[in-house]
Amino acid sequence: MGYLVAAYAVLWAISFGLVASIVLRQRKLEAELQAIREADPSLMAEDKD
Amino acid sequence: MKRRSDTWLVVLSVVSAVLILAALYLALVGAPKAVMQSEIGPIVQRIIYFHIATAWVGFLAFFVTFLAGITYLRTQARRWDIVALSSAEIGTMFMLGVLVSGSIWAKPAWGVWWVWDERLTISLIQFLVYVGYLMLRSAVDDPTRRARFAAVYGIVAFISVPINFIAIRLWRSQHPLMFGSEGGGLGPGMMFAFFFCLIAFTVWYVTLMGHRIRLERLHDDVEELKQRVIG
Repeated sequence: MGYLVAAYAVLWAISFGLVASIVLRQRKLEAELQAIREADPSLMAEDKD
Repeated sequence: MKRRSDTWLVVLSVVSAVLILAALYLALVGAPKAVMQSEIGPIVQRIIYFHIATAWVGFLAFFVTFLAGITYLRTQARRWDIVALSSAEIGTMFMLGVLVSGSIWAKPAWGVWWVWDERLTISLIQFLVYVGYLMLRSAVDDPTRRARFAAVYGIVAFISVPINFIAIRLWRSQHPLMFGSEGGGLGPGMMFAFFFCLIAFTVWYVTLMGHRIRLERLHDDVEELKQRVIG
């Protein structure tokens, strides 16, 4: 039973690790994007066009 | 602005979460007890449902990297490089899952965590080859050269997939053969759970691809904006 739990726990951990990595990188990029737009508001107007 | 693809991604994420939970139920509870290899216990045998589904996604992901690599070399379109990278990253993570879950299965089945058997060794090499793919990408600064090198690497690296697949058929590998000319290792009652897991993991892979591609596009947007600010 312990081996079964360990195997599934590892697979879940890897899956969550991958999802967490994508989410964290996405948040970082969104924050960066926001910072750039705030630094130069003209870019926001260009993006809307 | 919310894109239409974002809505689809949310729907796909919910569908894949439901499918994976159903697959988990089938693998742990719903599927009948294994008769084959009963010496390791029917409970431990339930590892194979997610182990094989994980391997399937790994192979599928590397195949997509291979196809995207070919298409990139033909079209030079950035979107195919994004597909290749996203798929390689997901495939590598799934191959890590295959190696670790297989090793955990091997301990009660064979009495050891690891043997230098053909299938296991090729799987480890395959994993390292795709880690090399990701390292190559991070080592090249110029985006065009990086995409071209990675495309060629991804095409060549794909050779490891058919070799891995036929390893247990070519050599007398210790690794069990689930589907072969001498019949499968799964009973009819287990087949439903097995194929359900394959489908659930395939949907999970598509969902992860959607999120990973979206991330890379966002990265491109940020880089483009940075260039405009500098310029």
